[in-house]
Amino acid sequence: MAYDVDAIFQIAGIGIIVAMIHTVLKQMGKEDWAHWVTLIGFVVVLYMVATIVDDLFQRIRSVFLYIGG
Amino acid sequence: MTLDLLQMVGFGLVATFLALLIKEQQPAFAFLLTLFVGAMLFFFLMDYIEAALTMLDDLANHANIEPVYLETMLKIIGIAYVAEFGAQLARDADEGTIAAKIELAGKVLIFVMAIPIFRTLLETVLSLLPGA
Repeated sequence: MAYDVDAIFQIAGIGIIVAMIHTVLKQMGKEDWAHWVTLIGFVVVLYMVATIVDDLFQRIRSVFLYIGG
Repeated sequence: MTLDLLQMVGFGLVATFLALLIKEQQPAFAFLLTLFVGAMLFFFLMDYIEAALTMLDDLANHANIEPVYLETMLKIIGIAYVAEFGAQLARDADEGTIAAKIELAGKVLIFVMAIPIFRTLLETVLSLLPGA
């Protein structure tokens, strides 16, 4: 099994921590920093998601397109 | 097999809970989490789908069906699954328009893939007609 439940908690954890940092930085009056933190967290999670979606599409391609062909 | 089902349902429930938790602060993260879990569950299911399709392939080989037909059918099933997956994710993120377009793309591609089979059918029927 290539992926396990850890990845879900990882993504959710990143989301919660980023939300926390965002709130704290906003309270300190550093709005632009808060936006950068959100953006970086988003990119990290997006990378993880893109990796698994790519894996899924490769698998779909190998299962549906090359059987009997 | 039952254990796998329990595992997948467990994944789904955990992810639902976490997505609810994040949605308040960061809706984009919640969407990415949903996408991730959807892809993961689909990934698990691919093993079973592959087993079923292999059986179908064996049956078709025994029945001496032309491989082109089975291949087209499998491609159509694949298109349907993938289009449904994408459309539901888009609809989940309140992008009904994009979801509709993804579904349209799936429908058009399925139609185009079915054209050669349809043509073969028509030619067979025409050859059966007397005087054609």
